[in-house]
Amino acid sequence: MQYLVSVIDDKTNSGTPSEMAAINAFNDRIRAEGHWVFAGGLAAPDTATVIDSRGGDPVFTDGPFLETKEYLAGFWVIEAPDLDVALKLAAEGSKHCNRRVEVRPFL
Amino acid sequence: MSVDDVREAVTRAHHEQWARVVAALTRRFGDLDIAEEAAAEAFATAVERWPGDGVPPNPGAWLTMTATRKAIDRIRRENKRDDKQREAQMVNADPPEPLGVIDDERLRLIFTCCHPALAIQTRMALTLRMVGGLTVPEIARAFLVTATAMEQRITRAKTKIKAARIPYRVPSAQDLPARVSGVLAVLFLVFNEGYLATGPDTDPVRHELTAEAIRLTRLIRALMPDDGEVAGLLALMLLIEARRTARVSASGELVPLDEQDRGAWDATLIAEGHRLVRERLASGVAPGRYQILAAINAVHTSARDVRDTDWSQVVALYDQLVRLDPSPIIALNRAVAVAELDGPEVALATVDRLGNSLAGYHAHHATRADLLRRLDRGQESRAAYDRAIELAGNTAETAYLIRRRDQLR
Repeated sequence: MQYLVSVIDDKTNSGTPSEMAAINAFNDRIRAEGHWVFAGGLAAPDTATVIDSRGGDPVFTDGPFLETKEYLAGFWVIEAPDLDVALKLAAEGSKHCNRRVEVRPFL
Repeated sequence: MSVDDVREAVTRAHHEQWARVVAALTRRFGDLDIAEEAAAEAFATAVERWPGDGVPPNPGAWLTMTATRKAIDRIRRENKRDDKQREAQMVNADPPEPLGVIDDERLRLIFTCCHPALAIQTRMALTLRMVGGLTVPEIARAFLVTATAMEQRITRAKTKIKAARIPYRVPSAQDLPARVSGVLAVLFLVFNEGYLATGPDTDPVRHELTAEAIRLTRLIRALMPDDGEVAGLLALMLLIEARRTARVSASGELVPLDEQDRGAWDATLIAEGHRLVRERLASGVAPGRYQILAAINAVHTSARDVRDTDWSQVVALYDQLVRLDPSPIIALNRAVAVAELDGPEVALATVDRLGNSLAGYHAHHATRADLLRRLDRGQESRAAYDRAIELAGNTAETAYLIRRRDQLR
């Protein structure tokens, strides 16, 4: 079973060096434990481009599809047998990256 | 067998077997929704068939077997639509577990319904439905929402449990204390919702909720007999429930502890509560909050007359509780006992210090009003009663506060 652990941010600066070190150590651990699928940090929302091809030709819009105070700053995709394990990993992830996180199961 | 006998047998089976049937089916089919629906159908079938066929010698086994057939019928119907689902369900279709681990299944069910990833209101509703066997309209009435809204809340919870894979198991030893206290919090909330029912149009005490909370706590006590806090919560509920009928007057007004007719208290419940408190004291293990609260209630229920209350013991127990839980509400309750021991002036100083954190809590203003009244500060007392009446949600309590205010000179 895979879960998306989204990192919720409301600041403009990205992770500090000590946060990054803690995240890297956590990532190494979940790799060793077999929970790692993928993870990454994302550039600020104002670097986003929204594309809409529903009308045939793509229409490009500069900026994110939602203008909000809080945004997705990064994510983990983890492998876990059930929500208890996923919540435990997410709780540690939240501590290491010093941000709130949201857990959602993949279908 | 008369119609009444059969009806009673169905009711008894519902009380004793509902959680077992739901738990056994959830284990077998890995799906709360299927288990709940099949259990409900099995009980409906019992209502239909037992009057004619007679009550089966082992109602639990009959109900589990009937529910299992209903579940398999439903899965077959759905599998015609979805082959992938069948694979998932067949994985869980272990042979039935041997007797003896069934109790564990009910525990699994309780821990799943009280999972911390669910909203607290949802945990209460789901526990009453899946473990308690209350119907959705009954639960909706208890929480003053429409049956449709309650149905949606429960459906959403079942969907989340399945999609997010909230596990169906007893938590590991490491997580167990926190998860047990989560379960107890749910049961105590259910109890309090019955005991201090809020809302202008409800009965001041809703016995069906207090009774259900006690029944479920008894069940957990039977499943986890060595857990001190489980025993403590059961004792606490029993000692509060024992005073239920004395607590509301014939005219529907709250009767405070010091004015209650102690002869109307339920001696059997008190004896059982006291026995549990003594058992915990004898264990020598440091008590948790429910055990201390139970001990406080044991002191109150030991006094034949309010003047015999051992207030120094009550204050000492509150001191112990404050160390575990330094919340302002505990400090407020401690101040009420301090007023009896050291006088209202000492207590008022404490209560006033809590004013900032408890400004929106009716009991804070009611306590202040009473202390000010005892200090002959009528005008301030009146203002505090006014505020308490504004904030109180329980009809009996409001009636009591209005009378006390209007009695001020």
